[in-house]
Formats: sequence, structure tokens, C-alpha cells
Amino acid sequence: MVDERIKILDEPLDSQEVIDLVASPAAGAIDVFIGTVRNSTQNKSVQRLEFESYDSMAIKEISKIIEKASEKWPVIKMAVYHRKGILDIGDIAVVIAVSSPHRKAAFEACQFAIDTLKETVPIWKKEVFDDGEVWVAAHP
Amino acid sequence: MVKVKLFGIAKDIVSASYFEAESGVTVNHLKQNMIAQYPAFSNLRSVLVAVNDEYALDDVVIYENDDVAIIPPVSGG
Repeated sequence: MVDERIKILDEPLDSQEVIDLVASPAAGAIDVFIGTVRNSTQNKSVQRLEFESYDSMAIKEISKIIEKASEKWPVIKMAVYHRKGILDIGDIAVVIAVSSPHRKAAFEACQFAIDTLKETVPIWKKEVFDDGEVWVAAHP
Repeated sequence: MVKVKLFGIAKDIVSASYFEAESGVTVNHLKQNMIAQYPAFSNLRSVLVAVNDEYALDDVVIYENDDVAIIPPVSGG
């Protein structure tokens, strides 16, 4: 069973805190992904993002991702923090940190985690523009 | 009745955070019923249902004590 730390918070994320959670004497590498709020989408200026989460299920789904990643790669520890609520441009939406004995596994497990999170974890993001708002990816 | 939680665009479509569904119906029945009452659901990329915090297949039956939620297309990260 891999050491996992998962949180969904409505306050600013501290990326260093997430990195510190996965530190280990057995680790030769820590890979970190930080997702931040971009100021535009498809040439439209974004004012802010609003994230909504189904917390209990989101935590379970993230736990499944960590479990799968640790079956595929020699993960020592993994931590995933996701923000919810209102986020401004430049704010951190998600932090994923993975430690492993060697760098390749850390890179790959981290990419797998963010890619899968975007597909399976029940968290929703609304983009707010000057002239309206849209739930991201809701429509084909 | 089963209190079905709504999130994201599902909440906007129904204009509420809950939807009342009959107890003892399948997930598929619930989805068809929602689409019939709120046709905007048929325009979404997908509509999934979670039962007790797990994605549920169409033939799962929902009961009053279950924790049921409509999961519109997710967009975290």
C-alpha cells in the first residue's frame, strides 16, 4: 500500500507542503505537477474560474488513481491536493507530487495521475468571461 | 424517494442542488427520466450516475438510503 495524501481545499494550495509530504530517504526523485489558472481560453479572456467538487467521491477516485499508478510504477509516496471555490488568474488549481527511486517512474506516474484525474475525478470547472460563463467540457 | 445530488452544469439545468427520484428504479431509468424532464441533459457530452461514491452501470437499482449523484462531464485539474 503506497503512502497517499489527498485533500480538496477551498483555500490556497501550498505546493511546498505537498512536495514535503512525499519526501523519503528511499526516493531519488520527486516529480511535481502544478496546474494554474490561465488568463485565456480559445482567444477569450478569462476573469476567474469556479471549481465545484463532489468531495467524498473525488477523494475515492483520486485514491484509485494513486493505487493504479503504484501498480504500474515503483511509487514511494504520492500526494494530490485540489482546490475548489473561486480561483483567480495564476492561482494553483491542483498539485500532484510523486516520489520514486528513479526519475523516469516519477515523471510517468505524475503525468498518468493528472491525465486520469481530468477524466475520472468528479470536479467541475466553470470559466467566467466578461460576457458570460461556461462549464468546461460539458458539451461536445 | 431518492434525493439525487446535482453538480456543475446539472445543477444549472435543474436550477436546484437536488432532484427527487423514485426508489427502486434503475440508473438507466433515472437518466431517461431526467432527460425527459430536462431535455438540456441530452446536449451534454455525457451523463453518468454515481451510487455510493462509485460510478454505476445502467442496471444498478437505486434505493432511498443510497447516496446518488448525477455526474456531468468532469473538468478538474
